[in-house]
Amino acid sequence: MTMTWIWSGMVLVSVVCGLALGRGPEVAEAAMEGAGAAVQLAISLAGMTCLWTGVMEVMKRAGLAEKLARLLAPILGRLFPTEVRDQAVMDSLSANVSANLLGLGNAATPLGIQAARGMARGSRTASDAMCMLVVCNTASIQLIPTTVATVRASAGAATPFDILPAVWLASGLSVLAGIGACLLLRRVWRD
Amino acid sequence: MELLFVMVIPLIIAGVALYGTVKGVDVYAALVHGAGEGLTTTMRILPPLVGLMTAVYMLRASGALELLSRVLAPLTGKLGLPSELLPLMMLRPVSGSAALGVGAELIGRYGPDSTLGRMASVMLGSTETTFYTVAVYFGAVGVDRTRYAVPAALCADLVGFLAAAWAVRLLF
Repeated sequence: MTMTWIWSGMVLVSVVCGLALGRGPEVAEAAMEGAGAAVQLAISLAGMTCLWTGVMEVMKRAGLAEKLARLLAPILGRLFPTEVRDQAVMDSLSANVSANLLGLGNAATPLGIQAARGMARGSRTASDAMCMLVVCNTASIQLIPTTVATVRASAGAATPFDILPAVWLASGLSVLAGIGACLLLRRVWRD
Repeated sequence: MELLFVMVIPLIIAGVALYGTVKGVDVYAALVHGAGEGLTTTMRILPPLVGLMTAVYMLRASGALELLSRVLAPLTGKLGLPSELLPLMMLRPVSGSAALGVGAELIGRYGPDSTLGRMASVMLGSTETTFYTVAVYFGAVGVDRTRYAVPAALCADLVGFLAAAWAVRLLF
């Protein structure tokens, strides 16, 4: 239901604000552009999505995914205690976290969705583990923010990567806040 | 060092290929089989993406975000967030490409090595497009009761923004 509220709210606010601010025609144009842009985005991501689910399959068959999972188990086992027994979920989860750390957002998403699908087990309600997975992914635990560095370089930055320590600090705190919020909210949330 | 960053993706692919081949896995068959699964994922993320991006485009065009950032400016100023960065913070959870556009403009206008330019860079680098992620993940697995995922994610974003401003002040 949350998405229903957010989505309806966004659309309603857009129409009301657009009319009030005299930007009605722009809103109308945007309403017709968004859907096409979504298809374009999905298609532009499709290649990378297929490539990374392919690479993941190779990693699984070669036993590399399991190795990665064992490496990350001390952290991920604590964050996702209900999923520890499901090896397939832990494999995808570890690959998702690794891709995030490397700043490969496009690779992280299909791997994360694989993990989410394993966690969902057909239910239409998000479990605590799924909330944790989504929040960790929205908080972005990047070690190498490649895109921003490229923008900085093209703007003439002396050393484009000098922001790295600040990015690590900020994203670390943001991830911790997300995890903290999950742990807190799961106790008090009434559906 | 820069070359290493650029080469991350090809190095991973080559490394996995080498490891798989050494382990006697039919690497190519596995790759093709897995890639097929990616197609299913693409099909599943398309419907939620259509819904979300329609709303995001409308919201951006309506001027609501600029209005909101003007209302919030006095409050965020007290928290140490410069008001110039508010449009960026408003857009960041909603649209990755729009946030990058606004961020690039800020970095260009104030200079990449200015305090504002650095704060904008760190904010872009340390947060994600929250609503996109929520819509895509839950949409792809058919979950519609997202419970506390959105408030918790927005909490992480807010802390990320505050920490970005604070980290730049601390480190530069």
